[in-house]
Amino acid sequence: MTTQMFGAPIKRREDPRLVTGNGRYLDDLGQGALEAAFVRSPHAHARIVDIDVADAVDVDGVIAIYTHEDLPGKVGEPLPLLIPHPTLTHPRTGYALAKDEVNHVGEPVVMVIARDRYLAEDACQRIRVTYDTLPVVVGVDTARAAEALVHEDAPGNIAAHMVQEVGDVEAAMAGAPHTLSLDLAVERSACMPMEGKGVLARWDAEDGRLRIHSSTQTTTGVRAAVAAKLDLPLDRVDCIAPDVGGGFGVKIMHPWPEEVLVPWAARLLGHEVKWTEDRREHFISSAHERAQLQEVQVGFDDDGRLLALDVKFWHDNGAYTPYGIIVPIITSTQLLGPYKPGTYRCEFWSLYTNTVLVTPYRGAGRPQGCYAMERTMDAIAAYLGIDRAEVRSRNFIQPEEMPYDHGLLFQDGRPLKYDSGDFPASLAKLKDLVGWDDFADYRARAEAEGRRVGIGIGCYVEGTGVGPYEGGHVQVESSGRVNVATGLTTQGQGHQTVFAQIVAQELGVRIEDVHVTTGDTRKMGYAVGTFASRAAVMSGNAIALAARSVRAKALRIAGEALEVSPADLEIVDGVVRVAGSPSTSIDLSTVAVLSNPLRYAFDDAARAATQFAGTFDPDKPPVAADDEPGLEGKDFYSPTQATFANGMHAAIVETDPVTAEITILRYCVIHDCGKMINPMIVEGQVHGGVAQGVGGALYERMVYDDSGQLLNASFMDFLMPYASEVPHIETDHLETPSPLNSLGLKGAGEAGCIPVTAVIASAIEDAEGFPITSMPISPVELWELRLRHADGVATSPTPRKEPAR
Amino acid sequence: MLNQVGHDGKVLAGGQSLIPILNMRLASPGHLVDINGVEGLDTVTVSEEEVRVGALVRHAQLERHGGAFGALPLLRQALVHVAHPAIRNRGTTVGSIAHADAAGEMPSVLALTQGVVEARGAAGSREITAADFFLGALETALAEDELVVATRFRRFPRGTGTAFAESARRHGDYALAGVAATVTVTDGVVREARASFVSVTEVPTVLDLTELVAGSEPGSVDWSVCVDAVRAHVDPEADIHATADYRRMLAAELARRTLHQATTHAVTGPGTGHPTPDAEHEGVRTR
Amino acid sequence: MSETRTELLHDVTLRVNGVPRTASVPARRLLSDFLRHDVGLTGTHVGCEHGVCGACTVLVDGAPMRACLMFAVSARGHEITTVEGLGDAPDARPCATGEPMNPVQQAFTECHGLQCGYCTPGFLTTITAYLQENPHPTEGEAREAISGNLCRCTGYQNIVKSVLRAAEIRDERAGNHDDEGAGA
Repeated sequence: MTTQMFGAPIKRREDPRLVTGNGRYLDDLGQGALEAAFVRSPHAHARIVDIDVADAVDVDGVIAIYTHEDLPGKVGEPLPLLIPHPTLTHPRTGYALAKDEVNHVGEPVVMVIARDRYLAEDACQRIRVTYDTLPVVVGVDTARAAEALVHEDAPGNIAAHMVQEVGDVEAAMAGAPHTLSLDLAVERSACMPMEGKGVLARWDAEDGRLRIHSSTQTTTGVRAAVAAKLDLPLDRVDCIAPDVGGGFGVKIMHPWPEEVLVPWAARLLGHEVKWTEDRREHFISSAHERAQLQEVQVGFDDDGRLLALDVKFWHDNGAYTPYGIIVPIITSTQLLGPYKPGTYRCEFWSLYTNTVLVTPYRGAGRPQGCYAMERTMDAIAAYLGIDRAEVRSRNFIQPEEMPYDHGLLFQDGRPLKYDSGDFPASLAKLKDLVGWDDFADYRARAEAEGRRVGIGIGCYVEGTGVGPYEGGHVQVESSGRVNVATGLTTQGQGHQTVFAQIVAQELGVRIEDVHVTTGDTRKMGYAVGTFASRAAVMSGNAIALAARSVRAKALRIAGEALEVSPADLEIVDGVVRVAGSPSTSIDLSTVAVLSNPLRYAFDDAARAATQFAGTFDPDKPPVAADDEPGLEGKDFYSPTQATFANGMHAAIVETDPVTAEITILRYCVIHDCGKMINPMIVEGQVHGGVAQGVGGALYERMVYDDSGQLLNASFMDFLMPYASEVPHIETDHLETPSPLNSLGLKGAGEAGCIPVTAVIASAIEDAEGFPITSMPISPVELWELRLRHADGVATSPTPRKEPAR
Repeated sequence: MLNQVGHDGKVLAGGQSLIPILNMRLASPGHLVDINGVEGLDTVTVSEEEVRVGALVRHAQLERHGGAFGALPLLRQALVHVAHPAIRNRGTTVGSIAHADAAGEMPSVLALTQGVVEARGAAGSREITAADFFLGALETALAEDELVVATRFRRFPRGTGTAFAESARRHGDYALAGVAATVTVTDGVVREARASFVSVTEVPTVLDLTELVAGSEPGSVDWSVCVDAVRAHVDPEADIHATADYRRMLAAELARRTLHQATTHAVTGPGTGHPTPDAEHEGVRTR
Repeated sequence: MSETRTELLHDVTLRVNGVPRTASVPARRLLSDFLRHDVGLTGTHVGCEHGVCGACTVLVDGAPMRACLMFAVSARGHEITTVEGLGDAPDARPCATGEPMNPVQQAFTECHGLQCGYCTPGFLTTITAYLQENPHPTEGEAREAISGNLCRCTGYQNIVKSVLRAAEIRDERAGNHDDEGAGA
């Protein structure tokens, strides 16, 4: 009996190992390695005057101490600019160890290598660095005022200035019956995986090989970057991601300074070296995201249909731009969501500040874009007195209009062209799930009890599965074991399970026999990485293609052995057999043996493939001219564009009339990621995304003071939600399969978090009756807003109504 | 031993406040004096007048102690708000009082119960009242060589109901504001009322509300004057989580709620001391 | 130029998962580091070292405590249970792939209670101890019980499910136990 694998909520293969304490995360490895610690800048902007390590050298157990002066050649040059862009006219990247100046608190200045981390930190405490402080730029307002500059050669603190326009927005705005303006703000947050970054490096002098383990989302990226920095042939560098305790985007950024320095030191010292960051280091020297100030001008008709959408925003990119301007580009394109804007113009400035660098965090700019669009939709609805869901639905791209080309370039440099999606159907499901039309009654009953409640809504479209490519390699061993490899990485998404499901389905083997490796350059050297909700689409499809080629070869070889046509054969549970006549069969493991003609039999099974076993045609070469030995296949998936998932969320919140404490009573998700390989895993991804979204809506903000000190650099004061702060999440799914790949898949990893800030703002606004424009919002801020509105003082920003024309 | 290490030594009991500071290298005392092995410090003794808690009694131990709860329900009412269970399994009540964090729950309970700190040093033993013990934020009247060996919480007179409430951003966080309240009702008349505070006064203080409510029937007390008194009494500071005005409002509102609850408990009894999960709402209370 | 001395080492013997384990470590060695690096039991994870995330939670004489907020020397004389020892419990059974799992571990694998797995050991020990005291929690109680541990991946929903499922499995296995006449 064939078990349907694809689409089944199979229990995860990785779980038995992980729940019994047998995970292998970075710090679990390299128990004999020397350990690194860093002296990091305590100042946000300063010139380095002097570094005095004299008192640290004699600390017991210290092996070496390095500053920028010690870094040779390319190691001492700036870190790479990963994603250049024509509008990124003033890019800047940092050095692995700061050279002459520091631009954010936490920038590494000195590396200490010692016998263990305790001793390395002891030494760090004894190192005295003298600085001349410089004026500090913190926050978007200060950055754009540009009274002080982060980088002397980046005038106005502007790293990039980009404009995209479709249609004549100015004309359409002038002709619109109604216009509104909104000033909006989103504050800075961060990925905060439970495991920080870490690197372990081993230089094998005899082989001239460097082996790097890194808690990374891109092993091929790290390998290439480190090989370039250390002037090593790519062929001599391996990079492996062990078990990774969460990424959420911060680990796609590479090479971190430590990813360069630790391998360099390992080679220099001829000893394994390891570095794992502690939590404070993660706060002040990894990456943040989300902070933007936004101005929206919208023109619309009496029915609430968009005619002109003019968006400006200022993006805080931190001290350096190694990841380019991907995040604001995503904001500017994904902002459009499921709507037709009529005409659209988006202009952004990406600004330097003396703070931690800004690279993608789950959603990667989409939450900010969705927030701008959805607040605008709510404002239009409020202005015209139309139901908020109704206004949205009037602006939807309709299913029959797919594929829909917005006329913009997406973050992959390719057209922003939605391939599929049924937005009206998604909305109908959401309204049903949350009881949208019944809410007025619910509110009336609550008010009778003295309770204040509100309902919010948010819709998004997410471009997923961006290229350039991913690869899959499938190999059947003579034991029947099926090895699968793909080059991208895993941080909890269950790849060992879902990719095994695909192979089990495509190849007809038992899932127990399928073993998946991800993120190991030794197994698959061509890959991009895990980000942009792409793994299922990209690697899933590549692996399916590889499995299909293995299946075709297996059927050919089995057909020859059984003397039947391959078209008459099927593979079930690892047995190749004639469909309808299952007694005529040959095990796939035997097929694997036959696929590799041998001179030497290494076990009993292998005997069947040796020269005198009588299984080969003497008139043909053992391996055909267009063939290879072995039952394996490798293939790559490289689409022409992203595939677009969508979703809609609704929330019912309650606000305490006295204390302004905010409770989420219900949270509903409608989610369309096309076909799902494992619905249980998809739902888990949605739950996790929503939780991060709730964190970002109500709790999480990075608090910098004017001197650039991060005031809440710990879990005590950066408030990630516990279970008590996250609501029960109700989900329902729609499946509009992607027409762009044969599995019909769209990405799911980021979906849960994209609209949450918008939805919560919408719900609180509905409860309170005044605009919510700045997020996250805490009870304190809500309470103050109430006072200001009660006093009749207009808050800034508010939607300002322009006179109707 | 504290005498030997003096100002460069810190006492290690539960370590739940001290060790995070050490881990983050925010302090590097030359010596830690680990008292965990000292005999005789881990008992809870209930008498007619008071509950005596030894220096090594873990929060969890006191929280579960049926006799202590029966004698002084306020202890458990406050203890369930201290951090999380795993912290309470190791952290000590006496330790948190000696730490004297204005955001700690147990210092305010000691104050409200007119409690006493038993200290022992090279010069001998002495007792310090709660009123004299707390000098400022994280500052107490202890000498460098003194160890708190126990604290005594005085029991309330018959007819006293107690309540404790705090509001934090997340479950288990330091409170933005908290209130412990006692109301004594005998022969159908309110006799006394008092409150102490968490996070909104520099040191734990007790606000005596007796004059404002004595003589009223429990059902017809005008608590709003008490709430006004609380508002005038507290002196909160602002930090990244809340403004001073918000904390003041919150303290006042929590005072209103706890005074009500304490009155109810005075009349009907204190229940189990554990807050019940919010039954009204399907969702989770997010603060 | 000041000199530093080599740190004084203390012989620390703890019973970890029922087995005495010994190492010589400085007084300041945290229990979390002792378990991970000196004893080689890397199942206990470190997420913050200030007691907030709970990833390091182990059982000390059966009670959950933060291993990052204890020194190894302070743990002398106590019984430590880490995630690696949960499968030794009387109500542990081999799972489909052969690993012995207690009801909580089993429930997590059934309910998709983990994704990256980094926070999971802290939840497993916490919940194992919790169910000893509260064998039949409501959903609200289950959520409250896990509200001292951070997870960034799951959004907690399936962890709550896992607590409730673990309670069921405990009952099922206790039922079998009684049938075998082993008693409570």
